[in-house]
Amino acid sequence: MTVPILEGRDLRVHYQGQAVLDVPHVVVREGEVLAVIGPNGAGKSTLLRVLGLLEAPTAGTVLYRGGPVSPSGSRGLAIRRRFASVFQEPLLCDTTVEANVALGLRLRRRPSDEVAAETKTWMERLGIAHLARRETRTLSGGEAQRTSLARAFAIGPDVLLLDEPFAALDPPTRDELLTLLQRILRHNGFTTVFVTHDRNEAIRLGDRISLMMDARLLQTGPPLEVFGRPATEEIARFVGVETILPGRVIKEQNGLLTVEVNGVKIEALGTVAVGERVLVCLRPEDVVIRRLDAQAILDSARNHLAGRVEDATLLGAQYRVRVSCGLPVIALVTKQSFDNLGLGRGTPVAVSFKASAIHLIRR
Amino acid sequence: MELIWQGLVQAARLIFAGDRAIFQITWLSIQISGTATVLSLLLGIPAGVALALTRFPGRSLCIALVNTGMGLPPVVVGLFVSIFLWRSGPLGALELLYTPTAIVIAQFVIAAPIVTGLTIAAMQQLNPRLRLQLLALGASRAQLLWLLIREARLPLLAAIMAGFGGVISEVGASMMVGGNILGQTRVLTTATVLETGKGNFDIAIALGVILLLLTFAVNYLLTRIQQRGRSA
Repeated sequence: MTVPILEGRDLRVHYQGQAVLDVPHVVVREGEVLAVIGPNGAGKSTLLRVLGLLEAPTAGTVLYRGGPVSPSGSRGLAIRRRFASVFQEPLLCDTTVEANVALGLRLRRRPSDEVAAETKTWMERLGIAHLARRETRTLSGGEAQRTSLARAFAIGPDVLLLDEPFAALDPPTRDELLTLLQRILRHNGFTTVFVTHDRNEAIRLGDRISLMMDARLLQTGPPLEVFGRPATEEIARFVGVETILPGRVIKEQNGLLTVEVNGVKIEALGTVAVGERVLVCLRPEDVVIRRLDAQAILDSARNHLAGRVEDATLLGAQYRVRVSCGLPVIALVTKQSFDNLGLGRGTPVAVSFKASAIHLIRR
Repeated sequence: MELIWQGLVQAARLIFAGDRAIFQITWLSIQISGTATVLSLLLGIPAGVALALTRFPGRSLCIALVNTGMGLPPVVVGLFVSIFLWRSGPLGALELLYTPTAIVIAQFVIAAPIVTGLTIAAMQQLNPRLRLQLLALGASRAQLLWLLIREARLPLLAAIMAGFGGVISEVGASMMVGGNILGQTRVLTTATVLETGKGNFDIAIALGVILLLLTFAVNYLLTRIQQRGRSA
């Protein structure tokens, strides 16, 4: 196995006796985008600062290509110069866009023709070449963050550290920049650690996702694994599982499990033994709703339950519908389907979901 | 009104004729206050940067003392510098009392806290996260300090203006430690006091106008530097 480009071992950071970072092991592989997600205050930014040699951990070691490194001294500076960071705030210097993009290279005393060439390239790629001579204090939020990104890319970093770079932007600008960043990362293969509290950003950019809560990395893996097979209830909630119900496995046949939840039998796939207590997890987008009086449509879904709509909340283009069917199930229905089905509070409905849509967490 | 008008005419005549005595007094003022300002910058900017960016026990007390020092009455400074330089004082052996150097020392004591205090304020108004960003971009310690000072250049230039403005216009300390000796320690402010006392309003007005023009010229120059590229 190749040596990871960046690694943290037994990293701990304490502020005034309180642990804000407690990570026994974290690895960043060359060329990957590791998305670290978690709620605010989970310790994501602290992890990024420690890995980026901007803050010394209270305990533990950061390894760069297998060798231990620390923020201090000339070696710390030399290693830090192989990284580039972009923060939530653009934090630009009070000068022109061009001078900002060139700053990292100037600090490294690169030859001026190289500085000029790289600066021009990255201003063009971030779409800010026409702003080159503009003073940064006159920029919009999106333009400023593009400048900050160009400044980081221009360095040609071994590792790019992004700390919620889009959190302060309006949704259209965020989406535009996310697409641009995705294209650049894919094209240039920059090794990246991307910190965000936004699940969608993490799924779009991350090759692997690490979920962080309360100073700890709780689960790391490919996006589908972390989002589809969360390891704990709190992870499940954070990654968007809305129906989480306690139950017990009562039967197993050829890998198909029957789980009893609230007296209702549900079929699921899994490797949990009969008799074990579990949490049944179901994502709202995996639930299909139809009117109970409609003709039953045959589909591959294993689970069909009859119930009534308890309430519905409009979230943009979708309704979040809570159905009571012996157990509370939450589903997402497009606004159009919701209207076509004539759903409303108390409407009798049938919900269905596949056995494979159920994820079981052992209790 | 007649008095003022006559004074202004006479002042213009003295200035444009290039009166030797007035030229000498002006030049001495520039030298003394310029030197005191430069010295106060050499101490005040590094001290202010250090106080703004570092954390150590007693830091708040230091900053409070500096801020108090910003309002030191020049006569009090004059008094203590006089005592120190007095023949029997701690630095009496240097025989500096009633020399231009004595005025430079007094003006330095007046300007240094002003420059330091305004430097602290200038550095503290920077976004604290900018330091982290600059380090993350690969700045060495020296580069970081240079970049932060450059970021704070507008309020830092204001600190220079305030320091120079404080000493060029100061009269009490210059009078006390310089003695207002013609050709040696007579500066624009002390000369104005003397000529006014003698009833030579024309000369006093000429000196006053020169003092105003000088202050304006220096501040105009610094403002031009400060506002460079700031049309927006």
